[in-house]
Amino acid sequence: MKNCEYQQIDPQALPTPTPTPPPHHGSEGDKKEEPRRPRRKWEVFPGKNRFFCGGRIIVARQSGVLPLTLGLILVTSGLFFIFDCPFLVKHLTSCIPVIGGVLFVFVVITLLQTSFTDPGILPRATPDEAADIEKQIDNTGNTSYRPPPRTKEVVINQQVVKLKYCFTCKMFRPPRTSHCSLCDNCVERFDHHCPWVGNCVGKRNYRFFYTFIVSLSFLTAFIFGCVTTHLALRAQGGKGLVFALQESPGSAVELVICFFSVWSILGLSGFHTYLVSSNLTTNEDIKGSWSGKSGEDVTNPYSHRNIFINCCSVLCGPMPPSLIDRRGFLPADESAQTGGADIEVPALATKSEINVCTQGTKGLLESATLPPLLSTSCPQGKPQTAHTCPDSSPAVNSDPSPELSVSCGARHAASSPGDASPSRHSKACSKKSKRAALHIPNPAFDIPVSPTSPDAASFAPLH
Amino acid sequence: MYFVSRKCAVVRIYQVRLQDLQQPAVSSKVFIQRDYSSGTICKFQTKFPSELESRIDKQQFEETIQTLNNLYAEAEKLGGKSYLEGCLACLTAYTIFLCMETHYEKVLKKIARYIKDQNEKIYAPRGLLLTDPIERGLRVVEITIFEDRSIGSGR
Repeated sequence: MKNCEYQQIDPQALPTPTPTPPPHHGSEGDKKEEPRRPRRKWEVFPGKNRFFCGGRIIVARQSGVLPLTLGLILVTSGLFFIFDCPFLVKHLTSCIPVIGGVLFVFVVITLLQTSFTDPGILPRATPDEAADIEKQIDNTGNTSYRPPPRTKEVVINQQVVKLKYCFTCKMFRPPRTSHCSLCDNCVERFDHHCPWVGNCVGKRNYRFFYTFIVSLSFLTAFIFGCVTTHLALRAQGGKGLVFALQESPGSAVELVICFFSVWSILGLSGFHTYLVSSNLTTNEDIKGSWSGKSGEDVTNPYSHRNIFINCCSVLCGPMPPSLIDRRGFLPADESAQTGGADIEVPALATKSEINVCTQGTKGLLESATLPPLLSTSCPQGKPQTAHTCPDSSPAVNSDPSPELSVSCGARHAASSPGDASPSRHSKACSKKSKRAALHIPNPAFDIPVSPTSPDAASFAPLH
Repeated sequence: MYFVSRKCAVVRIYQVRLQDLQQPAVSSKVFIQRDYSSGTICKFQTKFPSELESRIDKQQFEETIQTLNNLYAEAEKLGGKSYLEGCLACLTAYTIFLCMETHYEKVLKKIARYIKDQNEKIYAPRGLLLTDPIERGLRVVEITIFEDRSIGSGR
């Protein structure tokens, strides 16, 4: 004791000890040498989405045929305002361009909102959460050599609902949530992935989507009616249709476009009106989750049993917030940790576009190492591989229950014998599928999804 | 102020300084999962986890979770006000969402304040920390349990 002399030392008076340098992790070395600007969460988002305007706008990786959709609408409306409106204003009423203008604005705004809004993406589980869930599963599972299929059952309104475990997002999916393989995200109240708007349709943007198709059907029908009236008026007095078409060639183009699209769009609107009034999603309707096909007494547990309340709750309910916090900042230590935790994260990619390309390449490399079954299975639900889709194989890690685009939905409905898909929606879907199938992205560009992609680490957690 | 031995001054001070600067060590995390028995509305299970038995009162914990559940129910309530907001939004082609804060967002701020308040008054003194569920995608309420430290940072 006499060797140790104790004295009071004021910590503030001491020189600051040099902090230990942060651990360098491979490819991120050059980034740590100078103070980097703090990164936003969208830059490290693990799903296959693209971001614009600093994370404010989110679209799927493949924009699908969104440019075509927008182009068709702009061209048709443009021709209408240029060729038909002057004549009709002179001969009928000036309300026509006003109504047309209002509908056009509605259509374009709701289309852009559907495409650019987060559909209700669930962020992936943090590593701690995933470990906790794994622990719980192991505790309750059996000790046989074959792991049990990971499902959990809950009872909602006296209906038994099975919650599946998502291997990509490392969590049990909430009810009505599905994993979209095209976007590689779990989406709440997943309806379908729409190639026409280039995004998933889910809880947050379903009302935009519905407003879009309803206003588009009104617009298409309105333009069709106006063009027909215009041509009829011009052809009066024995002049003939050919003369009328020669005088107003734009009308011919509009007539063709509107004639072919009005039926499918009206059909789709009708189908979605049915879904809204019964509080169903396209996904549930196609799978027949609540149609009682197996003879059991199953009813939709989410329905309010009242058409009006169902409509109001789906379309006019409170707008849920985006759960992925795209514009939030990554804590500095977390960006270091995420670099270390998954060495395959494309740290080179600060731009979202490069991020997407690199992830795509990584996906290609990973899928090349996976057994052929997994790499060629169609969790995307592509029509061309629909018939090989290992529908109900529990051994397949990737949970291949079809995460459908509308086009694949029609094919699945047609191919699965047990399903008695109602004629109205198969008609609408088959029409859409014929057209959408033409526009399904070339498989060569579509990198097969690796469902257990190790690079897709959990979305950067905030501690 | 710290009392240190002159002999081992450098090492001890270094340890004390780092301990002073660092957070108390995290012992474990408990996750309160969602309760889906009422459907897809946001509701958390009120079952008291065994890891917290030594730290906090069961009733206190249940009261916190129940209040959170009530707040989320208020956010997602289907009623006259939310329908009005929804209809108005529809008429303006949903452009008002760009300018206006929705009812849900207002309640989320209220929830954030409540959690901060609970952390300051009840959980932090017991070495626990509640994480706002919105930071975990409304999937779980994460409770971080800090190691019981008898030296250093007790102030």
